[in-house]
Amino acid sequence: MTAFILRRLLQSLIVLLAMIVIVFFGVHVVGDPIWLLVSPDLTQDQIAEVARQLGLDRPIWEQFAVFLGNALHGDLGISFVHGQPAMKLILERMPATMELALFALVLALVIGLPLGLYAGLRPERASSRAIMAASILGFSLPTFWVGLMLIMVFAVILGWLPSTGRGPTIAVLGIETSLLSLKGLSHALLPAINLALLKVSLVIRLTRAGVREVLPLDFIKFARAKGLSETRIVLVHLLRNILIPVVTVIGLEFGSLVAFSVVTESIFAWPGMGKLLLDSIQRVDRPVIVAYVMLIVVLFVVINLIVDLLYCLLDPRVRLQDQAS
Amino acid sequence: MSGNPAMSAPVIETLFQRFLAEMLEDRIAVGALLVFAALVAVAVMAPFITPQNPYDLAQVDILDARLPPGTKASEGFTLVLGSDGTGRDLYSAILYGLRISLSVGALSGVIAMVVGASIGLVAAYVGGWVEATIMRIVDLQLSLPAVLVALILVAVLGKGVDKIILALVIVQWAYYARTVRASALVERRKEYVDAAVCLDLSQSRILFRHILPNCLAPLIVVGTVQTAHAIALEATLSFLGVGLPQTEPSLGVLIANGFQYMLSGRYWISFFPGIALLLTIVSINLVGDRLRDVLNPRLKR
Repeated sequence: MTAFILRRLLQSLIVLLAMIVIVFFGVHVVGDPIWLLVSPDLTQDQIAEVARQLGLDRPIWEQFAVFLGNALHGDLGISFVHGQPAMKLILERMPATMELALFALVLALVIGLPLGLYAGLRPERASSRAIMAASILGFSLPTFWVGLMLIMVFAVILGWLPSTGRGPTIAVLGIETSLLSLKGLSHALLPAINLALLKVSLVIRLTRAGVREVLPLDFIKFARAKGLSETRIVLVHLLRNILIPVVTVIGLEFGSLVAFSVVTESIFAWPGMGKLLLDSIQRVDRPVIVAYVMLIVVLFVVINLIVDLLYCLLDPRVRLQDQAS
Repeated sequence: MSGNPAMSAPVIETLFQRFLAEMLEDRIAVGALLVFAALVAVAVMAPFITPQNPYDLAQVDILDARLPPGTKASEGFTLVLGSDGTGRDLYSAILYGLRISLSVGALSGVIAMVVGASIGLVAAYVGGWVEATIMRIVDLQLSLPAVLVALILVAVLGKGVDKIILALVIVQWAYYARTVRASALVERRKEYVDAAVCLDLSQSRILFRHILPNCLAPLIVVGTVQTAHAIALEATLSFLGVGLPQTEPSLGVLIANGFQYMLSGRYWISFFPGIALLLTIVSINLVGDRLRDVLNPRLKR
């Protein structure tokens, strides 16, 4: 097991390095950031001075060596646009993204579990088929368009919830505490629903499959023979057995929620790290892009390591089922 | 053809006939196929069935901007779906946008399929460290969400139609490679491959003429679903402003353009292109779903 973990960590390190190289040099090829940073009416000398300050006058190889050296000391460079350390910028916006992702995760479970349970317990009913059809639709719908429709219906037509819009409304949001106040919650609800959409479909399908699998097992029959009420059988005996795989899979989907938040954050002007990445891509802010990529790769390496370890620990059927799907 | 199945001789054609018959059993899949065919048809015929070429500036009148559906344009025709922020007829813009969305999706899908399938075949046939390395890269790529990989690729590659197609191919090839490798591993152990080897046929001939045709079924299923993904992904990137440029307005670009008008209640500029996108993606997915059932021998009764 230790050897496995060590090998995986080494591989992850290679991946991380490869990603950094690709992004670092790739962004350099797209354009020299200096021309996007200075106003065109500066003199040559002034431009050269700015370039010298940012280290952009040196050859790309040298820039990369400096970057790697600094990165080993935990310094990922200073944003060209904001003039602040790239990592600080990302970490500042991280709570907003994490908050949204967590909210979406909870929503996915709260909406998906009951629907999945119902569809699993009464598979022959028309309403169950409707739920399953809706879950296919949930997989197919483009996230960004659903976000627009949510804004249109709940913010523009009904006026129930803030669309979080653009400009001044961002300042209204209390980011750190937005899930604790009612106003904060009302701002977070639409983006969280939008982000949760894909995961709701996943939870419905997982729960339904779990119910179909567990229901014919002996311990359920035994509970029935004992004369337990149907509610107790479902809520205690059945649910406890399905919940383990569902919660595991959903927990592991956290990484993809963080990734998808790029789309959601840009629609709802949610000031998280996904929006920062998008802005940085458009402004060729290389330090921020590289820092974001490093952070995300580390996040996914950790998550995937947990998946692999769990697969080793859980019974081998999990792996076979996963490949068959 | 299905008039008397008991009488039909066991010729090669019956395979396709059975496939067709099974495909037609599911009314939803047939409906989806018809919708998709209709979308392709209107996209191809766009110049002939639209009142204006939305990208010919001479035909667009800025005074027509942001008119709701059903209004008369200054040129005299009715704006069935309204007009967008620059005065283009939305119906025409959607059909032209559909063309771009479909061709970008199809092109990236086909290139990714060719590249991915070839790599997967080689991996399965050669084995050893080549296979191990390729599959490690595939695993790695599939563990990262496609949206994120595509976003970063766009940041690295820059804007433009060719760059977007390249990014979509890089995001997608791994799915094809994994699918083909899985079936090729099964196929290469079968007797007909041994027979081909004994006949001293060249390796590429065995790979592409003998093994590949037997791996086609899962490849087609993955190809359908992945093309829908590619269209959705391109729309997402374009919506985020890092995809196709304004000069190549796909459905995603149209939706993005309408976003700013949505808050003032002019819903149609984003809504109708979205419906077109939705119909495209859902119909392809439903057909793919049915294909999976029909082509999967494990589910055969």
